[in-house]
Amino acid sequence: MNQTLQQRDEMSSEDAVQAAPLLAVRGLSKAFGGVHAVDELSFQILPGQIYAVIGPNGAGKTTLFNLITGLYQPDQGGVSLKGEAVQGLPPERLARLGMSRTFQNLQICMNMTALENVMLGRHLHLKRNFLAVLLRWPSLRASERTCRAQAEELIRFVGCGDYVNAEAAAMPYGALKRLEIARALATQPSILLLDEPAAGLNSTETAALEQLIRKVAAGGITVVLVEHDMKLVMSISDRILVLDYGRKLAEGTPREIRDNPDVIAAYLGG
Amino acid sequence: MALLRLPERVPGLPVLALVLLLVPLFLGNEFHLDIATQIALIAATVVGLNLLVGYGGQVSLGHAAFFGMGAYASAILTGTYGWTSMPALLCGALLVAVLAWTLGRPILRLKGHYLSMATLGMGIIIAIVINNEGWLTGGPDGLAVEPLTVLGAELSIFDHYSVLGLDVSGALLWYGLAALLLLLAVWIARNLVDSPIGRALRAVHGSEVAARVVGVDTAHYKLLIFVISAVYASVMGSFYAHYTGFITPQVASFEHSIELITMVVLGGMASTYGVILGAVLLMLLPQLLTDFQDYEMMMFGLILMLTMIFMPKGLLPTLSEALKRLRSRPATAPAGQE
Repeated sequence: MNQTLQQRDEMSSEDAVQAAPLLAVRGLSKAFGGVHAVDELSFQILPGQIYAVIGPNGAGKTTLFNLITGLYQPDQGGVSLKGEAVQGLPPERLARLGMSRTFQNLQICMNMTALENVMLGRHLHLKRNFLAVLLRWPSLRASERTCRAQAEELIRFVGCGDYVNAEAAAMPYGALKRLEIARALATQPSILLLDEPAAGLNSTETAALEQLIRKVAAGGITVVLVEHDMKLVMSISDRILVLDYGRKLAEGTPREIRDNPDVIAAYLGG
Repeated sequence: MALLRLPERVPGLPVLALVLLLVPLFLGNEFHLDIATQIALIAATVVGLNLLVGYGGQVSLGHAAFFGMGAYASAILTGTYGWTSMPALLCGALLVAVLAWTLGRPILRLKGHYLSMATLGMGIIIAIVINNEGWLTGGPDGLAVEPLTVLGAELSIFDHYSVLGLDVSGALLWYGLAALLLLLAVWIARNLVDSPIGRALRAVHGSEVAARVVGVDTAHYKLLIFVISAVYASVMGSFYAHYTGFITPQVASFEHSIELITMVVLGGMASTYGVILGAVLLMLLPQLLTDFQDYEMMMFGLILMLTMIFMPKGLLPTLSEALKRLRSRPATAPAGQE
């Protein structure tokens, strides 16, 4: 506990000197058995960037996401969000600090409607007073009405307007992927992590997704994505991090990455 | 389409109130009224259990113990210590809430079905305590319970009362009270389900990780709903004790817990009105099978199995889905011709 606090202090003083990254990862490591899924990894993401993490299968991309978003505990190293050390915090605490994410294998509540899934995303911004809920006070009704309207707007924003009242279980895959983004946006995050948002989408859907990600970023939300679709990654990313066996292989702008001999070797099997 | 949606949104509470109001008109005698009153009290308990099982996705195999604790707290505090009904009921509910909180807090941090195991153990322990501590509980012989006192007046099923100039039997008044309690239980349950708390709970059932990444403290909500459903059981146990006037350790037994769970599963998990139907059917069953009393537990087991195999969603959700399908078939044909 003391150590964590100490780390926290060191980090915030360091950040004050630099150009204040929104998310900073320092020396992050996680091993499963003998496998180093993420190994001494460090990078920084500046506010407003679209930042892509790429790498071959098994490079540790999803593990990295799970470490950043609190689903896994790191073995070593630190993560700081807005200058505050957050490694080891559970996801529900990180959500309060403005971090939200989607999942490679969808995590939609299939027992709820599309609207309810997005309303769930408003959880932290709603009145949750127990007595008010039990007795359905007028103030609660008003807050629910506003929440409903906001959720509907978000569903339209991601292009799922036809499915507002649909049962999530009855929606097609592509719509569910966008619904998950709407739910993540409903938390009003400052940083949004998308784990393979284009996986399983056709080219039309991927093009729509690209527009959506641009709109989200234009709204001031920092976007981090893990993605295999190189065309999408090269087109929208401000910076790209290439992982290989849990380590940083390269980092830079799309042009730098495209011309990097190490990356070419890793991808083409040099 | 608009016409099709209309019947899907049946205003549940007014319909339930109407049904409860009409039921006494069709009941032949006091015995039927007695069954109806007991059904209403048990149905209210099951509505509370469904919040935990159906919406929260957590199974309690010891809910009868909470019911029994409420019943015995009321019986002992009013009988042995001369309290009036309401403070005794509240004291029982508080006791149950503290127990549920203490038990649930360490367990509900874990994922998986640990709550079932813990409540199973707790239920058995409480049943043994009630059986063995005869000096307090009357042991296996049971305990007589004082009539309910409401605002200083006794409500006994054997008396007659004058209400607005009409002569009303105590039994009918008790039925009215039980019906009101059921309506109140449903109203509160619906309020909970259709709220940020309810969505958080259903999300725990749907995808716990999704709930957590949007900021839902899942352990907190699982604990909250466990305590609420336990308090439901305790309060109804108290009323049940006052109503029947005599309780035995059977009210807190494992068999009773299984009956309550079977009502939820049969009627339809996460369907407030479905579980009421489940309670009605399973409370009527022993009346229809009085000659086969020894096989009652077997019947419950069989019903539980058959429901799981043939309609895992339960009676009411399965029926309403079938109805929707039937309705949409003839309606889509003319719509296509337009």
